[in-house]
Amino acid sequence: MNPELQGALDSLGRIVLGKDRQLRLAMACLLARGHLLIEDVPGVGKTTLALALSRVLGLAFQRVQFTSDLLPADILGVSIFERDHGHFRFHPGPIFSQVVLADEINRASPKTQSALLEAMEERQVSVEGATRGLPEPFFVLATQNPADQIGVFPLPESQLDRFLMRLSMGFPPRAAERALLLEEDRRSMLAHTEPVLDPERLLALQAEVGKVVTAPALVDYLLALVEYTRRHSGFKQGLSPRAGLALRRAAQAWALVDGRHSVIPEDVQAVFPAVAGHRLLPVERERGAPTPEAILNAVAIP
Amino acid sequence: MATLPATTTAATYLHTASLLRFLAVMLLVLAPHFARIPWGETLAILAVLAWRAEAGRRRWRMPGKLVRGTLTILAFAGVWWSYGRINGQHAGVALLLIMVALKLTEMDQRRDVMVTVFLLYFVCVTHFLFSQEIWTLAYLLLATVAITATLIEANHAGEPLPPALSLRRGGSLVLQALPLMLLMFVLFPRVPGPLWGLPSDSGASRSGLSDKMSPGDIASLIMSDELAFRVRFDGTVPPPRERYWRGPVFWDFDGREWSEGMPALSQNPVVLEVGGEPLRYEVVLEPHRALWLFAIDVPDPRQLPTESRMAMDGRLLAERVVRERLLYKAVSYPRYRMDGELSDRARRAATRLPRDANPRARALAERWRAQGLDDAAIVQAALSMFRQQEFFYTLKPPLLGRDPVDDFLFETRRGFCEHYSSAFTSLMRAAGIPARVVTGYLGGRKNEVGEHYVVRQSDAHAWSEVWLPDQGWLRVDPTGAVAPNRVEQDLGSALSLEESLPLGLRRSGVDAWARLQASWDLANAQWNRWVLAYGPELQEEILGKIGLTGWRDLMLALTISLATAVGLFGLLAIRRALPARNQDQALAAWRRALKVLARDGLLQHPGEGPRAFASRVAEQRPELALAMRRLVESYLAARYRDAQPDAAALLGLREAARGFAHAARRKRAPT
Repeated sequence: MNPELQGALDSLGRIVLGKDRQLRLAMACLLARGHLLIEDVPGVGKTTLALALSRVLGLAFQRVQFTSDLLPADILGVSIFERDHGHFRFHPGPIFSQVVLADEINRASPKTQSALLEAMEERQVSVEGATRGLPEPFFVLATQNPADQIGVFPLPESQLDRFLMRLSMGFPPRAAERALLLEEDRRSMLAHTEPVLDPERLLALQAEVGKVVTAPALVDYLLALVEYTRRHSGFKQGLSPRAGLALRRAAQAWALVDGRHSVIPEDVQAVFPAVAGHRLLPVERERGAPTPEAILNAVAIP
Repeated sequence: MATLPATTTAATYLHTASLLRFLAVMLLVLAPHFARIPWGETLAILAVLAWRAEAGRRRWRMPGKLVRGTLTILAFAGVWWSYGRINGQHAGVALLLIMVALKLTEMDQRRDVMVTVFLLYFVCVTHFLFSQEIWTLAYLLLATVAITATLIEANHAGEPLPPALSLRRGGSLVLQALPLMLLMFVLFPRVPGPLWGLPSDSGASRSGLSDKMSPGDIASLIMSDELAFRVRFDGTVPPPRERYWRGPVFWDFDGREWSEGMPALSQNPVVLEVGGEPLRYEVVLEPHRALWLFAIDVPDPRQLPTESRMAMDGRLLAERVVRERLLYKAVSYPRYRMDGELSDRARRAATRLPRDANPRARALAERWRAQGLDDAAIVQAALSMFRQQEFFYTLKPPLLGRDPVDDFLFETRRGFCEHYSSAFTSLMRAAGIPARVVTGYLGGRKNEVGEHYVVRQSDAHAWSEVWLPDQGWLRVDPTGAVAPNRVEQDLGSALSLEESLPLGLRRSGVDAWARLQASWDLANAQWNRWVLAYGPELQEEILGKIGLTGWRDLMLALTISLATAVGLFGLLAIRRALPARNQDQALAAWRRALKVLARDGLLQHPGEGPRAFASRVAEQRPELALAMRRLVESYLAARYRDAQPDAAALLGLREAARGFAHAARRKRAPT
């Protein structure tokens, strides 16, 4: 285990209780320069996770609550005429931040959603003809209510692909929830949590992810997984080459979190459900298509 | 499939472009036969091909059964009319060709295309019935590539393949077949004679030496450049004037025409005393459809070529008519004595002359005898006459009248070897000296590239033999008295300037061209020597050297080599079809190490990662936990740590595997 990252994860684990796996995946996602989608019911600690991440890693944090009347300018920013100076001045929106929590992203109109997603992909924003770079590192943590709730615009399939991972938090285990109830309020806990990493160190770690070795034997395993989803009749279409690249990068990041410089099959297995889950489209909902875990069981490690 | 709708067009089973290519290949395969079959049939075949091409382009329907039946009957009739039979070499091939062409008129299913393609392969084989030259093989190999390309195209659904691609694939298939072909050629047991008996009508008219000689009836000798045989001398090569290749011997003379007369194989064996340095040589004889084998005077009767006999007049005879190239070895001695004693019958045959023919020649001989000359002196007198009087050597002699010897000796005095030997032998017989005409070849030209000698039909020669008491039969070449160059060098040098040889026979030419010809001749010689002459004897000799004797050994060797070849090919194919996992040494070592666990039912699931499996093992077999962890970590290091195979990590893994095996054994022992 990478000591710096272990320290960060320990710190996070004291705030977000009983969710070690999710925390690790979130960390890997951040290191892989990906964005994270958390799909869950309200009140399970999504915002706390985002806040804790930015705090522990020493990153600037902004939160945007998505509503159905939210406009792209509300996220990206707007130029306002300043009478005193006699010209327009750009007021950057909340997206100009290192960690952005896009809360309940599927409540906003598709237009606003796509403004956010484009910024995530390009890591820059074009407003009124000028291109403005977003800060580094840049990490979007979007939350989404389960699609069967009312009043939501589900993210289109092509947009879901923009998120490296999708997690679901789930209710905490009983012991964790007991501690949650016993101990002090998480928010005040956050206030006196010291950052474990700084942005420079984080950028260096992000650069290291790409150098984690993926041996030919491991690439064969990635291919076997991807090909399996393409051959399986339960999916409308299998994983795309981009999904394959995402899977590799996530596995590299996971290996780095684990303190290794080469990927082993378990790394792939650890990130596969989070990376592939939202990219695989079953032909019929909930019928016939195997779960990511079932895929992992079915595909032999070459 | 059998009941395709009537509207089926070519395009549904063979694309039009493929059809046209198919027809072109067919033309290529049939073409060499066109010179051998009646021109009418050639035209008919071409017409069918042209019609099929047009029908394919315009999507015409194939003709009905009535039309096809009529055409078939007509084809049979035409072949019968041309040959008087429908089987045998020529007629059979002619029938096959027209039927292949007619097959096109009912080619409207893929199945028909296949049948036609296989017929084309068969037609390929029939070319060898007529020609077994190098170029035939080369041509037919190319044709085979083309047919195979057609086969590939016919089996290719959808858009037609580019011709270059199908040709390349066809070529590669043929190339793959070549080693097997060579193997079969070398190892398949040879039977004497051709594989199938060539029908007797083959090669009905061939030029060469004849069993008759009638010098007066030839106005112009057309010199043929055709090959008679090739010789390779083992050791000393005699000069051209000593290379008299003995062929047919003529005893009977009716005043105009010489013929063999004397039964070739009399009960009296020829008596020979031989001396001098023996000449050893190897002849590859072109088929001449006769029994004669040629040997330099005079072959050693104790070392005759296999399957040959010596006739009483000293010539060699094969046991069977020479219908295919024949390789034989012979030994000759330049000094010899033949027939020290002459039987009465032989003497009568060798002095017989028609009573009233050629009176002037007879008178001349009697005059010599009256002068008191003995036999040897009379021979010399005749030669002096040729040498000193106005006799000329020419290939365009005047025709001779009723008494050709008289006309030649006293009137025209122009002629070539046949005239001189005929006249000389007549004179000798008139003088009572036993004499006979010997025909054969003289000289032969060296192939500078291949160090062998080539004897052509233009080297044919006739000379005489006279029998003198105590000396036996002596060779006398009267042509040498007139044109010494013919004997010393070759034909071209014996002719006058205005009567030069046709271009092909001129021996002095541009050097490069001569060299090229020599090289080609050498290639042919080797081809004949090693491929066409590869019969039972040569096979036995060659394979005997590597310890294979007899049919059993041959069949065994053939079976083993074929099985090995097919087996290797199969293994290769299987290997290619298998995933590359066998090459992954780290994985192999890991799997080997885990076998000991498999005995206890502890198996790594297909989707189970090595670490996950290791922790499961550690749970179930706590005593192995440490060894297992070392094993899995060294396995991960060897297989996943580096992009390139890591030899050191592999060694580490093997060591860990040994340690694991050791631990597993130790812990199992007590239980």
